Amino acid sequence: MSVDRRDVLLKGGRLLDPSTRTDAVGDILLRDGKIESIGGNLNAPDGATIVDCTGKVVSPGFIDVHCHLREPGREDVETIATGARAAAAGGFTAVCAMPNTDPVTDNQAAIGFVLKQGRAAGAARVYPIGAISIGEKGEQLAEFGEMVGAGAVAVSDDGKPVVSAQLMRTALEYARAFGIPVADHCEEPTLAAGGDMNEGIVSARLGLKGIPSEAEEIMAIRDILLARRTGGHVHLCHMSTRGSVELIRWGKDRGINVTAEVCPHHISLTEDEVTGYDTNAKMNPPLRTRDDVEALREAVKDGTIDVIATDHAPHHNDEKEREFSEAPNGIIGLETALAVNITWLVAAGVISLETLIDKMACAPAKLFHLEGGTFRKGALGDVTVFDPTATWKVDAALFRTKGRNTPYQGRTLTGLVSCTVVDGRVVFQR
Amino acid sequence: MPPTSSIVLSAKALERTVSRMADEIIEQNDGAEGLILVGIQRRGVQIAARIAAVIKAREDVTVPLGALDITLYRDDLQTVGPRPVVGQTNLPCDLEGQRVVIVDDVLFTGRTIRAALDELADFGRPSRVGLAVLIDRGGRELPIQPGVVGKHVEVPAGGRVDVFITELDGRDEVVLNVTERT
Amino acid sequence: MTPTASSVLGKDLLGLEHLSAEQINVVLDTAGPLKEISERAIKKVPTLRGATVVNLFFEASTRTRISFEFAEKRMSADTVNVASSGSSISKGETLVDTARNLEAMRIDMVVIRHPASGAAKFLADRIESNVINAGDGTHEHPTQGLLDLLTLRDKLGDLRGKRICICGDVLHSRVARSNIWGLTKLGAEVAVCGPRSLLPNAIGEMGVQVFNRIEQAIEWADALNVLRLQLERMQAGYIPSLREYNRVFGVTRERLERAPRDILILHPGPMNRGVEIDSDVADGPHSVILDQVTNGVAVRMAVLYLLAGNKPTLATAARGDA
Repeated sequence: MSVDRRDVLLKGGRLLDPSTRTDAVGDILLRDGKIESIGGNLNAPDGATIVDCTGKVVSPGFIDVHCHLREPGREDVETIATGARAAAAGGFTAVCAMPNTDPVTDNQAAIGFVLKQGRAAGAARVYPIGAISIGEKGEQLAEFGEMVGAGAVAVSDDGKPVVSAQLMRTALEYARAFGIPVADHCEEPTLAAGGDMNEGIVSARLGLKGIPSEAEEIMAIRDILLARRTGGHVHLCHMSTRGSVELIRWGKDRGINVTAEVCPHHISLTEDEVTGYDTNAKMNPPLRTRDDVEALREAVKDGTIDVIATDHAPHHNDEKEREFSEAPNGIIGLETALAVNITWLVAAGVISLETLIDKMACAPAKLFHLEGGTFRKGALGDVTVFDPTATWKVDAALFRTKGRNTPYQGRTLTGLVSCTVVDGRVVFQR
Repeated sequence: MPPTSSIVLSAKALERTVSRMADEIIEQNDGAEGLILVGIQRRGVQIAARIAAVIKAREDVTVPLGALDITLYRDDLQTVGPRPVVGQTNLPCDLEGQRVVIVDDVLFTGRTIRAALDELADFGRPSRVGLAVLIDRGGRELPIQPGVVGKHVEVPAGGRVDVFITELDGRDEVVLNVTERT
Repeated sequence: MTPTASSVLGKDLLGLEHLSAEQINVVLDTAGPLKEISERAIKKVPTLRGATVVNLFFEASTRTRISFEFAEKRMSADTVNVASSGSSISKGETLVDTARNLEAMRIDMVVIRHPASGAAKFLADRIESNVINAGDGTHEHPTQGLLDLLTLRDKLGDLRGKRICICGDVLHSRVARSNIWGLTKLGAEVAVCGPRSLLPNAIGEMGVQVFNRIEQAIEWADALNVLRLQLERMQAGYIPSLREYNRVFGVTRERLERAPRDILILHPGPMNRGVEIDSDVADGPHSVILDQVTNGVAVRMAVLYLLAGNKPTLATAARGDA
C-alpha cells in the first residue's frame, strides 16, 4: 500500500524534547505515522517528504487542552474543520474541544460526532471533552463512562462553573474510575454575576462591573479541597490570579491531585487593555493586573502551572462589535499562542524554550493521558517545527480560524510556526 | 520688507478724538436724553464708557451703557476653526423706542456691525440705531456706514489697525502695523 | 484680534477624565456669558442655525433630555428626539447600525444617553458627527459634571483647595465619576461618603478621601453633592433598606445644623426626598439644586458651541489647506 506509506524526514533542525531530554541538531524520520528514528544525519527513504529545518526548532507536536470549536451549533463562528486547521497553523498537532456546544457534547453520540468531524478535517487531531453535567446545567451527571468509551479525554462544564459543590465532588469521585481529569472552570457565580472585567481601578474608572479575583480563587480552593477529599484529578482551567497560584501551590505541596493551566493572554496582557472598551480584550476570566501577570509567569517557571492552553474562543464580529457589556467573552488563540508565549515568556527571559515545549506539548499529553508529546521511538508522528526568533505582525484577516477577535491585532510578535506534522503527514507548512 | 509700525493716535490724541465723538453724538441726537450707548466686546465697551463720561461732563446726563458680544451671531462660525471666546452681553434696560448708539473700536468689513444689529433686534425695537467707531479703516463688505467716526485710516494690503486702551492693554494708543507688502 | 478658545474639546465630549483643566475652564468660561441668553425675551441666538442635532436616548430621562433640547433650540439648531421605545432600537437594531443610519442622514451632532458604559465612545469612534455623552451606563455624565463645576465655581469662586464631598451610591454613579475627575483637575479636594457596598472597591486609588459617616463629611466639606439612591440598589442587596439609609447616610437639617460652616448642597436629580436628602435641606437656604438646573442649559449650550463644526474635514478647510 504505497499510497499509505508516508515518510517524512525533518532535516537539520534543533531537536528539542524535554520528555526524552533531547537537545541536538539533527534529523528526525517519521514513518507510517510514528517516530522512526532520530540521528545526526539520516538518509531519506525513497519517496519521503523532506523538510529542511535548518535554523528551526523541531519539537513534539503542541497539544491544546482547552479550546472551543463551536461545532455543533455555531458553525458560522467556527467549525471543527476550520478550528483544526487553525490549530495546525498554530503548531498544534492536537486540541481538546470543550463541550459547551449547542447541543452540549454530553453523551457518547455527540463525542463520536466531534471525533468524526475532527478526522474528516485532516489537520490537527481533535479530542472531545465531555460535559460534567447534562446540558452543562449543573444538575445531573453526564455519562462519563460512555463518553470515555466513545473517545472523550476529560470532562468539563467549561464556560460555566459547577455551582454545586456536591456535584463537583461526585464528578471528581466518579471520574476516577476512568482515569480522566475534571477540567474545572473556576467562577463563584454570585460574585462574578454581571461582571465585564477585572474588578479594580480600571473597572472603577470605566464604570464596568468588576469580577473580583476571589470569584476564581474561592472555586479554586473549593475544588482543590474536594480533590483532596476524593482523590480525583482536578485540572484548573485558565488560572488568572496571584491568589489562585498560591492556592495551587498549597494544594501541590500537600500532594493533592491538582493541575493547572494558564492562557497566553493571562501571562501577557493586563486589564489596561480594556481601556477604550475594546471588546477584544473581554474574556472570562478577565485580564487581570500586572501583579497577577507576574505571579502567573513565575508559576509557569516554577511548575505550579503545568500547561499553557489557549481557551481559543471565536466569536462573530457582529457579536463583538457591540457595547462592551453586551459583547460575549472570549478571544481566539490558536494561531497566536506560540508567538505570545515566546514573546512574553521565552524572549522575556522567564523560561527556556525547553520549558515552553514542556508546557505546550509534553505536560498536556501526560495530564490528559494522550499519545504524543514525545520523541520516543514509536511514539505518534506528531511534530511541530518553528522559528523561535522570526518576528511577524498579527493580522487576523489572514488566520485560518473564522474568528477575528484578537487583542494582538497589529502587534509584532516573535516566534513563527513553519511546519506541523500530524500522524506522519505534513498538515501545515509556511 | 521688514514690518513697519506707525502710531495713528497717541494717548492724548485718542482722548481728544473720543471727546469729539461724544460731542458729535450729542449733536446728532439733539442732546443725550433717551440715549443708550452699546459697546461691542471688547474695547468698544471701554470706548463707550469713555464717551459716556464725556457726555456726563458736558450735559450732566448719565447715559445707560450696554455691552454686546456678537460672537454667537457671527456668520463665519462654521469656518473659523477654534471657537472664539464668548464674552458677556449685558444691556441696561429695555431698548423699545430708545435711541441706541453702537460703539466699536475699528470698523472694517461691517460684518461685526451686521451681527450686532441682529443681536440688538433680539432685545427689542429701538426707535433709531446709530454707529460710532473710533477708527474707520475702509474695506466694507456690507452696506454699513457709521454716523460718527473718530479717525479715517488708510490701511495698505497686509496692514492691521490695533487699538490699545488702558483698561485692557495698559496704555492708550492706536497703531497701524504693516507686516507685508504686495 | 479675536481671542480664541485655543484648546477646544475636539470632536466629541465623552467624559471629563481625559480633559485638561484648561479645557474644562474653557467650557465653564463659555457657559458663564451664555446664561444671559436664557434671560432674554427672545431666548435664541443664531449660532447653530442649520445644524442638526439628534438626541438619542436609550434610557428614560426627562431632565437631561429637556435641558439638552432647550440648549439646542436656544442655539437655533434643528433637533430630533429619538427614544428607545417606539423606535427601531426597541426592534433590536444594534448600536452600530443605528450609528450608520445616523451618519447616512448627515446629521451634525448626536447627544447620546445609553445604559452601557462606553456606548458614547463606541458611537463616536464610528461616526464623523460630534458626539456628546449625556450619560453612559455607570461611566460618565460629563455635562452634569460640568454644570456641577459651574455651580460650585459661581458660589465658591476658585475651586482650588475647596472641599467637595460626593455622597451616596458612587459605585453606580456616572455623575460621581465625572465630578471626581472634574473637581480633581480644578484643584478641589474631593471626598466620597457612603456605605462601602456602594463605593468602588478601588476608590482608594481614585485620589479621593473616604468618609464612612455622613457626619464626618459634613464636618469637613464646603459642599456636598448628594447622589440619587436608586431603589433597585436595595432590591439588589447593596443596602438593607431605604429607611436605614436615610437614618445613617441621609443629609438632614439636624446634621447640617451641626456643620462648622455653611455648606452648599447639590443634587443631580431627580431627588428621593426623605431618602438621601430631606425636603427641608433640598428646599433650604444652602441648596443650589435649582441653580444647577439653570446652569445645565448654559453648560450644554457651551458644549454645543465649542464642539459644533469640530470635524476633521471642517477643521482642515478652516486651515485653508483643503
